[in-house]
Amino acid sequence: MGALMLSVEALDVTFRRGDDTVRAVRGVSFDVAEGESFGIVGESGSGKSTVLRAICGLAPTSGGLIRLRDETLRTPRSAAFYREVQMVFQDPYASLHPRHTIDKVLSEPLAIHGFDRREERIEQALSDVGLGPDFRFRYPHQLSGGQRQRVAVARALILEPEMLLLDEPTSALDASIQAEVLNLLDRLRTERGLTYVMVSHDLAVVAHMCDRLVVMQHGLAVEELTREALAAHRATTDYTKKLLSASEGYTQAEAP
Amino acid sequence: MSALLTVDDLRITFPTRQGPSEVVRGVTFTLGRERLGIVGESGSGKSQTGRAILGLTPAPGKATAKVLDFDGTDLRAATPAMWRKLRGTRMSMVMQDPKFSLNPVMTIGKQLLEALKFGAGETRAEATARALAMLEAVQIRDPERVFRAYPHELSGGMGQRAMIAMMLVTEPDLLIADEPTSALDVTVQVEVLRILDRLVRERGMGLIFISHDLRLVSSFCDRVLVMYAGRVVEELKASELKQARHPYTRGLMNCLPQIEGGVRPLPTLERDAAWAR
Ligand SMILES: Nc1ncnc2c1ncn2[C@@H]1O[C@H](COP(=O)(O)OP(=O)(O)OP(=O)(O)O)[C@@H](O)[C@H]1O
Ligand SMILES: Nc1ncnc2c1ncn2[C@@H]1O[C@H](COP(=O)(O)OP(=O)(O)OP(=O)(O)O)[C@@H](O)[C@H]1O
Ligand SMILES: [Mg+2]
Ligand SMILES: [Mg+2]
Repeated sequence: MGALMLSVEALDVTFRRGDDTVRAVRGVSFDVAEGESFGIVGESGSGKSTVLRAICGLAPTSGGLIRLRDETLRTPRSAAFYREVQMVFQDPYASLHPRHTIDKVLSEPLAIHGFDRREERIEQALSDVGLGPDFRFRYPHQLSGGQRQRVAVARALILEPEMLLLDEPTSALDASIQAEVLNLLDRLRTERGLTYVMVSHDLAVVAHMCDRLVVMQHGLAVEELTREALAAHRATTDYTKKLLSASEGYTQAEAP
Repeated sequence: MSALLTVDDLRITFPTRQGPSEVVRGVTFTLGRERLGIVGESGSGKSQTGRAILGLTPAPGKATAKVLDFDGTDLRAATPAMWRKLRGTRMSMVMQDPKFSLNPVMTIGKQLLEALKFGAGETRAEATARALAMLEAVQIRDPERVFRAYPHELSGGMGQRAMIAMMLVTEPDLLIADEPTSALDVTVQVEVLRILDRLVRERGMGLIFISHDLRLVSSFCDRVLVMYAGRVVEELKASELKQARHPYTRGLMNCLPQIEGGVRPLPTLERDAAWAR
């Protein structure tokens, strides 16, 4: 295993508004090595996206430490951080500017970070996610749900980051295009030694993509597993066992 | 079984830089009081088909059909007043991007109460209780907090469930659900599907269930339409998805990763240009 890339230690995130207090993340810790792919699965609302947002400095962290390599991250994050770490948000619609064409969405970060060969990189990034040149001058609302999601993946990859935070990156894709995107991510990791933290509710996707994973429930990390343990259905907590058995599909028989 | 919805030769065209682009090309099907799944490639026209049935094709797009009939009403000739009566009462749609479809500056509770059309002989307290019960039914853990929350304060899956709750409180006869459970973990997904299932079986609702999740569609739906490049290329019994004939459908199953581990890289589809003709 390589050197430590990311370390999350006793992370707490609390949202407050009026009388409502939501402890979205409660004492979550995990380490990710350089070149490793780490998964986060768990209940809807359990704090998975909040963990990724906290790494990017986009959540109200109320306790704990986040380190990238040897450095404790400061808020707000530096420009260098966003060059090294890119995030694909769960909700592609909200993360794409409605009045920017796909061309602008992809060329702006290249310009900000002073990349060369921009034309070539934009065309490559689109074709990598299975979108032809026809899509380049469209606006987000002129795309299908899965096409928008692929633009969000392309935008994160185009900056050639060292670490990618992926929040449900293939949830809107059919199996054939999902396979292409997962293969692309897999290949980039091997070729460039990228590090991934990936959230997905699809256990098969996580089993395929991640070496290790953590299971979250109510803001807590309830169980950490290796890919092998997941594949062998060797879960210790009830929640993870339930997740595994529910992954088989819908059964009419088991009435409530 | 008499048809609740009949769609014959639905076509949807958008103007683009390259000229008009026909994204739905002659879709034909009928729906009874059943669970009809639509699967298909990303960009094949599933969402646009759903929107057109509710008269929600975004401008400058144009939808035409030979027949578009909902329970005896010719939807092609529906006036704005007729649409207001149909939408949100007799026919509803759960959109693919729930957070985008929710009003960002209105609390979930306020939006739910609006959907309930409370005021028709119901007190505010009664309507609120009904709205909270629906949030609870879709497995929201803290319904009171979510009732007070704005859409951006919810997780992806909570937004999706709030949207489902909003569409279900109106008890429609036809529900079009576009990837309604794509952000839900499987344990919550099962509970949401049970609600939909019950509405179909007990109240005779017609359900169009758009999803790319093959395992789910084959175990949950009665029939499945498979779309590719704007056309329905195949119609199957959901339980017979494994015996599909079209090479797109047949190839899909192979592309799925497995929990138990499998091949790397994942198999992909060799798309034949003839499929898109
Ligand atoms: N800006 C916010 N203000 C208040 N509460 C928030 C905010 N963002 C998230 N939350 C709350 O934090 C909790 C965790 O949300 P998060 O988005 O991390 O869940 P998740 O595990 O990603 O769920 P999903 O699988 O549904 O996407 C939820 O209860 C949510 O309502
Ligand atoms: N305003 C528009 N102008 C031009 N083309 C459009 C417009 N809106 C949608 N399209 C195209 O119409 C096609 C069908 O879109 P639709 O949203 O129905 O796909 P879908 O089957 O739902 O895909 P997904 O599974 O990715 O959500 C897509 O190829 C999309 O790019
Ligand atoms: Mg999330
Ligand atoms: Mg769609």
